[in-house]
Amino acid sequence: MKYTEDDLKKELETQEYEYGFYTDIESDTFPKGLDENVVRAISKKKNEPKWMTDWRLEAFKIWQEMDEPDWANVNYEKPDFQAIAYYSAPKKADPNKTLNDVDSELLAMYKKLGISVNEQKRMNNIAMDIVVDSVSVATTFKKTLAEKGILFMPISEAIQKHPELVKKYIGSIVPQTDNYYAALNSAVFTDGSFCYIPKGVRCPMELSTYFRINEGGTGQFERTLLIADQGSYVSYLEGCTAPSRDENQLHAAVVELIAMDDAEIKYSTVQNWFPGNSEGKGGVYNFVTKRGICHKNAKISWTQVETGSAVTWKYPSCILKGDNSIGEFYSIAVTNNYQQADTGTKMIHLGKNTKSTIISKGISAGKSQNSYRGLVQIGSRAENARNFSQCDSLLMGNNCGAHTFPYIETKNKTAQIEHEATTSKIGEDQLFYCNQRGIDTEKAIALIVNGFSKEVLNKLPMEFAVEAQKLLEISLEGSVG
Amino acid sequence: MLKIKNLHAGIEDKNILRGINLEVKAGEVHAIMGPNGSGKSTLSSVIAGNETYEVNDGEITLDGVDLLDLSPDERAHKGVFMSFQYPVEIPGVSTTNFIKTAINQKRKANGLEELAAKDMLKLIREKSALLEMDRKFLSRSLNEGFSGGEKKRNEIFQMAMLEPKLAILDETDSGLDIDALKIVANGVNKLKNKDNAVIVITHYQRLLDYIVPDFVHVLYNGRIVKSGGKELALELEEKGYDWIKELAQ
Repeated sequence: MKYTEDDLKKELETQEYEYGFYTDIESDTFPKGLDENVVRAISKKKNEPKWMTDWRLEAFKIWQEMDEPDWANVNYEKPDFQAIAYYSAPKKADPNKTLNDVDSELLAMYKKLGISVNEQKRMNNIAMDIVVDSVSVATTFKKTLAEKGILFMPISEAIQKHPELVKKYIGSIVPQTDNYYAALNSAVFTDGSFCYIPKGVRCPMELSTYFRINEGGTGQFERTLLIADQGSYVSYLEGCTAPSRDENQLHAAVVELIAMDDAEIKYSTVQNWFPGNSEGKGGVYNFVTKRGICHKNAKISWTQVETGSAVTWKYPSCILKGDNSIGEFYSIAVTNNYQQADTGTKMIHLGKNTKSTIISKGISAGKSQNSYRGLVQIGSRAENARNFSQCDSLLMGNNCGAHTFPYIETKNKTAQIEHEATTSKIGEDQLFYCNQRGIDTEKAIALIVNGFSKEVLNKLPMEFAVEAQKLLEISLEGSVG
Repeated sequence: MLKIKNLHAGIEDKNILRGINLEVKAGEVHAIMGPNGSGKSTLSSVIAGNETYEVNDGEITLDGVDLLDLSPDERAHKGVFMSFQYPVEIPGVSTTNFIKTAINQKRKANGLEELAAKDMLKLIREKSALLEMDRKFLSRSLNEGFSGGEKKRNEIFQMAMLEPKLAILDETDSGLDIDALKIVANGVNKLKNKDNAVIVITHYQRLLDYIVPDFVHVLYNGRIVKSGGKELALELEEKGYDWIKELAQ
């Protein structure tokens, strides 16, 4: 292979940054700011092969050319991308820190959520005394999965161990050019999950990213890649079911799902990033791109419970490429105080006899704004495609807003599309009725909201559904006089 | 048990109740009758604590406890129950789940443990049988798509489950056919004992054939203008309310 002057120049650049960042790497935190060197440094830090570095750099170039989108029904101050540190190694446990040093309000919240003391300690980077236990649990897990040939590991590990799979699929569903935040994520993602289910394998347990996100203590730019090979099945849980009080303001993740012929993926999320305080200060900007492709007879189900973040911008979508494939989207989005959510889905019907179902439940309280935005697109070859959409909004008080933006584009006359929408308000009469039976107002709201969200809560795996219910209660606390 | 003294209440500037005096003892059934707009429903709402109404004067006590100081849920915990004239719908919440929540909230407020699932189930079986209810009905969303009669029967079922000290039945007979009326009345009669009391608010004598009152009070223009025994209801049935209006003036 010819070694050109360009290559030399590139190598020199690389070496330069290597040197320049040496001390920073020692301290395990990059300085604030973003340029090509930072992208290279992240890649280097992860010991990535050249193709991965190049892919990131390509994404970075694309990102630089793009403008931040402003079509969503949200208002916020645009993040200053030079004021963010793009790599921060897992925080080390401070051996001197105890639970007594943790914010009491936060602890009260954990208690309500039923999170164990050890879990609480871990979430606050406090040294734990049962480290051995959790390690062994992880190992047992890995062994069971390995027996079935299932790969489940951090994406950084997959890049090392299974480069052929990562290379083949990364960016195949959400390309670097997809949107502003996806491009940014492609350039600077620090970690995330990788999962591969072999042909015909039914994954025997729910896979979860819950722990690793906490352990990482970063979680700013995760990238998840999930491949379900022919005829396989997996149920995947993602989330942070405790308020994360993350100092990072921007969270821009990318999730790509590939469901091969006859495969099925259930992807459930419970999102509870810090929503900002009651005056609307602080909170996480959650700009996430999630998309999956369904090949022949495949099925992807997205279920999400969104209660956190100051601003949410998220549209888990399905490309129904294969004939007879099925896409589902079940969502509960709660906004309180000054939160803003613009969330929904895209169902792109390309194959024949493809079916999609959208059930969206928006709950707005306080001074929040909650929007559903969805696209149902039927391609010219998608004979007999069917969609059913139902968007329900529940309002609490007089200062919040609920909005619905359904888009339908169809190029095939055989398509059957149904859209239903309702808006209701928690009435004084409902609250009085509950009160009269001895149910206090907060509990009454929780009951009414849970009833309203039932169709979606039922789609969640059992343990997750219980946590999600508690989360709904906590998110809406104090929302009615 | 229940003592109401000189109660004045209304909405905003409008006075509806203008000096109600009423005493209900344990083991008694009182009927409150009167023409439309006389303040019957206001009275039940005020006892239950509906904040739409403002109490301007007077007092309401239950076993010596001042109810006016308590929120509606706290009054419920003390044993006040009101069967609504128009029960509201709560979509997605089953009757079972709703009543379970209500019972456990009440128990919690009174320092008791939550009722074990098997005891709850036993109680549900027993009380639904009392009201001849199909238990499938209890898994449906509360009052959603219920007929008028089903709603009322469901109210009495909840009353049976909660075992209140004081039950106020606000126009429970409206919307009931005669068979349903008998079942509901029969349920109420079986629940009645020497320690609790019932206030029946009604337009018509019909319900009182089945739930026989110890006292009948006639409400007109926000005041109790006449009280008597059960025969007063029959008299009203026969003569209408006009003579009462004259009496009041």
